[in-house]
Amino acid sequence: MKIHLILSTVLLLVLVACTRETRDFQQPAALSEPASGVHMSELHPGGAPVPKPITNPFESNAYGVSEGKRLYESYNCVGCHAHGGGGIGPPLIDLKWIYGAEPANVYATIVEGRPNGMPSFRGKIPENQVWEIVAYVRSLSGQLSKDVSGGREDHMYGKKAESSTPKENPKISRPLGNPVPEHKQ
Amino acid sequence: MKGRFISACGVSVFLAGCSGLQSSQSVVNPEGLQAARIDHLFWLMFWVCTIAFVITIAALSRAVLRKRETPVENFRPVDRAEATKTRVVAVAIAITVLSLFGLLVSSILTGKAIASLHPQNPLTIEVVGHQWWWEIRYPNSDASKTVITANEIHVPVGTPVVMNSTSRDVIHSFWAPNIHGKRDLIPGYQTALWFQADKEGTYRGQCAEFCGHQHAHMAFFLVAETPEKFNAWLQQQRTSAKDPQDAAAQKGQQFFLSHTCVMCHTVRGTIAGSNVGPDLTHLASRQTIAAGTLPNNPGNLGGWIINSQSIKPGNRMPPNQMNSDDLQSLLTYLETLK
Amino acid sequence: MTPDPNISEERLTHVEVEHATDDDATLHQRLDKTWSDPSGFIGWFKQVNHRSIGKRYIVTAFIFFLLGGSLAALMRIQLARPENNFLGPDKYNQIFTMHGSTMMFLFAVPMMFEALSVYLVPLMVGSRNIAFPRLNAYSYYLYLCGGIMLFVAFFLNIGPDTGWFSYVPLSGPDFSPGKRVDFWAQMITFTEVSALAVAVEIIVTVFKMRAPGMSLNRIPLFVWASLVTAFMVIFAMPSIMLSSTMLIMDRLVSTQFFNPAEGGDALLYQHLFWFFGHPEVYIIFIPGLGVVSSVIAAFSRRHVFGYLALVLSLVTTAFVGFGLWVHHMFATGLPQLGESFFTAASLMIAIPTATQIYCWIATMWGRRPVLMTPMYWVLGFFFILIMGGLTGIMLASVPLDLQVHDTFFVVAHFHYVLIGGAVFPLFAALYFWFPKITGRMLSEAAGKWNFWLFFFGFNMTFFPMHILGLRGMPRRVYAYPPEMGWTAMNVIASLGAVLMTVSVLIFLANVFWSMRRGAIAGDNPWGAGTLEWGTSSPPPSYNFLHIPTVNGREALWDAAPNQAIVTGLRTDVREVLVTNYLDAAPDHRTEFPDASIWPFLAALATTALFIGSIFTPWAVPIGAIPVAITMTGWFWPGKEESRRRKATEKWAEEEA
Repeated sequence: MKIHLILSTVLLLVLVACTRETRDFQQPAALSEPASGVHMSELHPGGAPVPKPITNPFESNAYGVSEGKRLYESYNCVGCHAHGGGGIGPPLIDLKWIYGAEPANVYATIVEGRPNGMPSFRGKIPENQVWEIVAYVRSLSGQLSKDVSGGREDHMYGKKAESSTPKENPKISRPLGNPVPEHKQ
Repeated sequence: MKGRFISACGVSVFLAGCSGLQSSQSVVNPEGLQAARIDHLFWLMFWVCTIAFVITIAALSRAVLRKRETPVENFRPVDRAEATKTRVVAVAIAITVLSLFGLLVSSILTGKAIASLHPQNPLTIEVVGHQWWWEIRYPNSDASKTVITANEIHVPVGTPVVMNSTSRDVIHSFWAPNIHGKRDLIPGYQTALWFQADKEGTYRGQCAEFCGHQHAHMAFFLVAETPEKFNAWLQQQRTSAKDPQDAAAQKGQQFFLSHTCVMCHTVRGTIAGSNVGPDLTHLASRQTIAAGTLPNNPGNLGGWIINSQSIKPGNRMPPNQMNSDDLQSLLTYLETLK
Repeated sequence: MTPDPNISEERLTHVEVEHATDDDATLHQRLDKTWSDPSGFIGWFKQVNHRSIGKRYIVTAFIFFLLGGSLAALMRIQLARPENNFLGPDKYNQIFTMHGSTMMFLFAVPMMFEALSVYLVPLMVGSRNIAFPRLNAYSYYLYLCGGIMLFVAFFLNIGPDTGWFSYVPLSGPDFSPGKRVDFWAQMITFTEVSALAVAVEIIVTVFKMRAPGMSLNRIPLFVWASLVTAFMVIFAMPSIMLSSTMLIMDRLVSTQFFNPAEGGDALLYQHLFWFFGHPEVYIIFIPGLGVVSSVIAAFSRRHVFGYLALVLSLVTTAFVGFGLWVHHMFATGLPQLGESFFTAASLMIAIPTATQIYCWIATMWGRRPVLMTPMYWVLGFFFILIMGGLTGIMLASVPLDLQVHDTFFVVAHFHYVLIGGAVFPLFAALYFWFPKITGRMLSEAAGKWNFWLFFFGFNMTFFPMHILGLRGMPRRVYAYPPEMGWTAMNVIASLGAVLMTVSVLIFLANVFWSMRRGAIAGDNPWGAGTLEWGTSSPPPSYNFLHIPTVNGREALWDAAPNQAIVTGLRTDVREVLVTNYLDAAPDHRTEFPDASIWPFLAALATTALFIGSIFTPWAVPIGAIPVAITMTGWFWPGKEESRRRKATEKWAEEEA
């Protein structure tokens, strides 16, 4: 009895840890297309259909979420949504979702775009990366388990660090005979 | 006896190992002002240390093998020659202290020599570390003349270069051993390093601070060339990419601008202006791709675009799905980015 | 060097000194009844005597050595061919991180400091147990749990992958997703708590529990080494505890200590880490020096030459060892004047080490030491350590360090220093004290095979790495291009690793064979002079029938024909003699705690707290409750003990 309990606990641990910690570099190269079961319009004859739940494999994978975070920066989602607080675009850290909070809804929003400014990224971002971004975006509002989403947000506040040297005036670590002259051709 | 034999073997193996091959990424094959000074210091220390090692091991062997003064059973707290021993040990310590002091002075002198160049007209470059490639910039007060390239540094021979460096993500370390020692690139810090290449050639360098999955494949090439060649190169790198003339290349450009490539890369002269990945404006003029990992030829480039993850697992470029026609035209376009 | 006259009896104020007793058998029975720890399955977890705990430390640390070595073998397979696909970058990074962390935190420090000191120091100073025996048991279980946790995590693919140094920002929340680095940081917490506990025990044991007459200038050199190491642990470990805690707080509760975008500083971590990291090297290496002194004295049949110089060298090393951490950071671009200071300090530390080597050579000079296996390992230690020390001098120089820092040259250097300075003395220690621990000798023939294979395998593996580093091969790369000309050297290194593996297997076979069939050792097989050889092998539960008194540095050699002994300690309770720290004159008697299950339970509760805090900060306040309960149980006085204490109080009142 005891042994069964221990074994099943260990097995559970293994499963949880495996999906959370895998670094899967070899992902299929499919381009982003509309996911099946995603509704494109908010108008439904005869009441809203129950959305078919799509599970996003990256939502239980820490590396996937962190890649999503990086891509969110890289693809300039921050330009409109900032780091979740919103700006030109709606905030992403709250629980208000205009087009639905399910992974499939967020996916559709990114791939198809939405009225009033959200561009369509169809064909511009590979499908897996979109799902990674979806996982990260959902983690912003606390919809993912804590051990999968990262701790702090490194760039949450925009202000420059006091310790970081301004770029115009590089800190020269070696004592120099004379200041750095401008390079002349 | 055995100790001496082994150490003799060690020294000869070592010398053979160091001098055997002229390598393009080697500390003991200096081609720059700084590396040469460090090389001198290395050999000074090497010989001082070798002599110290041989003397100590010889003394040890003699102590172990020398005839015993008293029978083995006898315990004696001290020996007859205790006073002599004290004197010998004192002298040995004094010699050690003096040699260490000598090495300290030579080390500090070398440090000063490699730090203080007094250049009349240095070349300023900026190196920014990324996981896992190098962004190289040749800044100019006229922003349009600033050159941005990746993984390949061109410098004129005999000209002092000041390298300002920082990192965009984690700590990297810039190291081209034939030219100079390494310098860490630390996010939040800017540091400067002076160096000067003395001989024409292409020298390989590599990231030396562990920086994640592809730390092993984060190399660059430092091309030291005559000032004339260098200036020609710089002028050429300043130009924007020209629009392609033939149909295949035009199709490739169309593909480039409408697909995933444009999300990360810049080609100056087009709408592609993202700076997540390396600047591709003059991609075809570089010798290697993927941070010094593969020679730059259409075959490698095609393989890299389709599935870079099989070459550098974990790198930031996603696999790309396209048919062979599209790939061919894309490669044709990229080949025009001279 | 002239031995002092017998210890004066006036100084022994509280205990009587007798010159002979006739009923040793009765005394043995009574002491054994008092000092024996419970046996059986549950009893095993209750044991608190330093010999049991010390043996467990030795075995556990050796198992981690084997695990760490297996990881190293995997790395050597990966590097035997250029662009090898045996391990991917993800696995390779986990493996080299695990190798470094295991060898440093789970093998080297626990083995060289905790294991050897816990077993040997009380015997060498002539005491019945180590100070704070329950804390000692607690420290062992905590270390064991931390090690198991790290390896379970590794097998679940949560192995840390940012290097044993875990530099930020790579180990920070942005670049190390998941729980991998958190497990690493908590493993540090486990091992630090355990090392700090042992450090406190060793300092108190050495300062307050020495046999009468063992004044500071008569302490065996191994005990001096342990004492100095214990002080280093106390000053160095808080620094890494700070850095790893700040790291885990950055990762778990969103502090910004190391985030440059928020005014945090990536270099701060390096300063804190190396302020611990460099003394760590000496923490590993100083106990080895103590072993060397013990072995050389025993096989040369004389006092070690220059005792005072050796002790001062140890102390100097410990002090200067705290002043050279920046030489790990020369490439970060610090001001030149500061760097020169650290160059000078790094060169200076060669002086005490050189002094010790000269003193040992002077000890052996003219004595022709008996060449048995422990002595072989000591001679191997000289050869390898001197080489590692000399490359260390090169690394101290800023310009040269800029070239070879973070290359295989450094890998070669520190393996020469750490394997030469710790593993060779460790094998010497195991061959030397195995008879004391088990009562049987290890096989000499197997020992020589073990030595020669290890010696040649080691040099074959690590010597070529010097050349690899000079020819530009950086550390911590999982692959290298075939055209770099590094392949041949890497193949040689990998073959050397095979020899080392075979050698360690021979050692294991030797241990298992000798434990059953080795020659019976007797009390003092080597004719050595320190106190541990004055009791039976293995020592009885109470260590010494009579607490001895000491006349000289090598207590047995310097003993008078009718050496005084201490009597008057109670035999019905665990009473020990406490002496003062300068002269070891008897001070008072104190009672030691019995065996108890509470330290084990407290360690389990602490483990739950530490592991829980990886997943939620709430584990700290909630987990503190079981810790408090078990610790209360630990310190709750027994009925018998309270009654005895009360009785003493009454007696004191009546006297007054």
